[in-house]
Amino acid sequence: MTQLIDELFIKHFDNDLLRQHNDQALFTVPAGRLVISTDGHVISPLFFPGGDIGSLAVHGTVNDVAMSGAKPLYLAAGFILEEGFPLADLEKIVISMAAAAKRAGTPVVTGDTKVVERGKGDGVFITTTGVGIVPEGVNISGDRAQPGCAILLSGSIGDHGVAIMAGRENLQFDTTIVSDSAALNSLVADMVAAAPADIRCLRDPTRGGLATALNELAQQSGVGMVIDETRIPIKSEVKAACEILGLDPLYVANEGKLVCICNAAAAESLLTVMRQHPLGRDAAIIGEVIADEHGFVQMTTAFGGRRIVDWPVGEQLPRIC
Amino acid sequence: MKYISEFRQQDLARQLAKAIAQTVDPARHYRLMEFCGGHTHAIFRYGVQDLMPDNVEFIHGPGCPVCVLPTGRIDNAIQLAERPDVILCTYADLMRVPATGRNSLLKAKAGGSDIRMIYSTQDALKIARENPEKQVVFFAIGFETTTPPTAVAIKQAQAERLTNFSVFCNHVLTPAAMQAILDAPQPVAIDAFLGPSHVSTVIGSRPYEIFAERYAKPIVIAGFEPLDVMQSALMLIRQLNEGRHEVENEYSRAVTRQGNQKAQALVQEVFELRPQFEWRGLGLIADSALKLKNDYADFDAEQRFNTPAIQASDVKGCECPAILRGAKKPQDCKLLGTVCTPENPMGSCMVSSEGACAAYWSYGRVRG
Repeated sequence: MTQLIDELFIKHFDNDLLRQHNDQALFTVPAGRLVISTDGHVISPLFFPGGDIGSLAVHGTVNDVAMSGAKPLYLAAGFILEEGFPLADLEKIVISMAAAAKRAGTPVVTGDTKVVERGKGDGVFITTTGVGIVPEGVNISGDRAQPGCAILLSGSIGDHGVAIMAGRENLQFDTTIVSDSAALNSLVADMVAAAPADIRCLRDPTRGGLATALNELAQQSGVGMVIDETRIPIKSEVKAACEILGLDPLYVANEGKLVCICNAAAAESLLTVMRQHPLGRDAAIIGEVIADEHGFVQMTTAFGGRRIVDWPVGEQLPRIC
Repeated sequence: MKYISEFRQQDLARQLAKAIAQTVDPARHYRLMEFCGGHTHAIFRYGVQDLMPDNVEFIHGPGCPVCVLPTGRIDNAIQLAERPDVILCTYADLMRVPATGRNSLLKAKAGGSDIRMIYSTQDALKIARENPEKQVVFFAIGFETTTPPTAVAIKQAQAERLTNFSVFCNHVLTPAAMQAILDAPQPVAIDAFLGPSHVSTVIGSRPYEIFAERYAKPIVIAGFEPLDVMQSALMLIRQLNEGRHEVENEYSRAVTRQGNQKAQALVQEVFELRPQFEWRGLGLIADSALKLKNDYADFDAEQRFNTPAIQASDVKGCECPAILRGAKKPQDCKLLGTVCTPENPMGSCMVSSEGACAAYWSYGRVRG
């Protein structure tokens, strides 16, 4: 069994480092600052419109590395399989993961597989770790937002979360929405090349959505924010699905979007760069950073009022009426 | 999104705001109780208060079914869920409601109880069909809006002879709550009501006529979209200025005077009045809730499992009861934001996104 799995991985992830059959991957890194990030992926359903746990496991970690401004280089992957998990499904996941890694230019160079007893896992869990190098002169961190900075968003929100929810068996509604799951490193590379010193914070608004990402940045930087609801791109299908389920799209997960906080003077030119990239076509300037000792994220509503966009509480729960 | 976005348009909101500003009498104060949690949520989420003149005050009403459910009933539900033979099906917004001893359905689920979050009564029936060896209990709550689907499920279970399905019934009645607020020993100063919208699609606007007449209070049936709330406020302000007290229907796209008679008949067939029922904040109210009729007793979880009546006390210092009566505002509660937050709610008003405390805390506290 283990051998079969190993062969499966080597066959699809195929690269020089993996083919050495060592327990580790040895490589030379260019000079500079090294970034490392790790992320465990547990998701139901394993296959969803627009992706699966394999591609998601690559995108998630590549994006976490890229949000430092780094160029991601290599990935490591750990698989926990539940006994009895269909090998055909595993192969589908590995093929998708290998394709995603290839597209992102981040080969999976080492890995590990464990099998747990039936009932002690949920099909498959995948943990990925990524390393990357931050270019000289780039200084991106969640604590660098300052009053006056502009807040940019790379595209429409909520696609991933709604696609996942629509895929769950107890929610019977059909939709054409697909997950936005994507590796953002090439978009980040374009942005960093265009305005290396002006980008202050990058964050991918995954679990907890845009609202959570903005609150995290506001807290880390000790600032407030004001965003404009009318400028936040949301697909009408996503809006409608959220309306039916009583969810707020600001809190719905994304897997292929980023928030960028940059110096105001550079905002327009950076927006142009983002819009030239396929993953930033619908990018928008959605608000600005303000001084606020409470660290509130506020939103001017499309209706003309103003409200707080608060931290989320656990999972969003649909309302009854 | 058509038929929704139309009711959230900023230019129309501005026009309405202007009309309201021109209509209000600067010499008087307007206290409008928005009856439902849906209104409260819209007011905070869209920042409606920002568009109203200072002398128009919204007083948040008790129309949030999660908020008015007394702690004892949550304790009952947890006891049911803890039985190894039971699968408890519940709407998701009950999961975090605090029970006695800092317990909640969410904690009971984490502790191993089989609790399923469902979206419709049909999901509960499906679970019952798929688990014939288990007892599937549906935790039914809500005002008149959610009662007909419960009635449908019970009738369906009977037709299918689904003997492992039962309902823990907590359905309550809107007019009874309105009456309790108006008859309170120390009544809250309320000039007029924004009346329920979804509830009224079922019961119609007629049941409110007696309140408009007897208590001389204008009532406008108001939809849950922000423009509905503003338009209804304007209609109430006009009535007050003109000294009228009538039931008017702003939500005419869904509500008629008679309501949905088919749904009403279905509810009458399956349910009957309880002599009294406890409401959080309002206490025991006669003829304010429903239970299953004897013909459907087989599907009554209270009878099947002999659930005890539990008298539970709320957390000390929690102002939910006064807030639900409109006597206090969330910002008057000492627990708000200190020990009681959406993350760790002490009272029910902090749990549901329709609860006044949660809405105020999540959307409104920047105003201080």
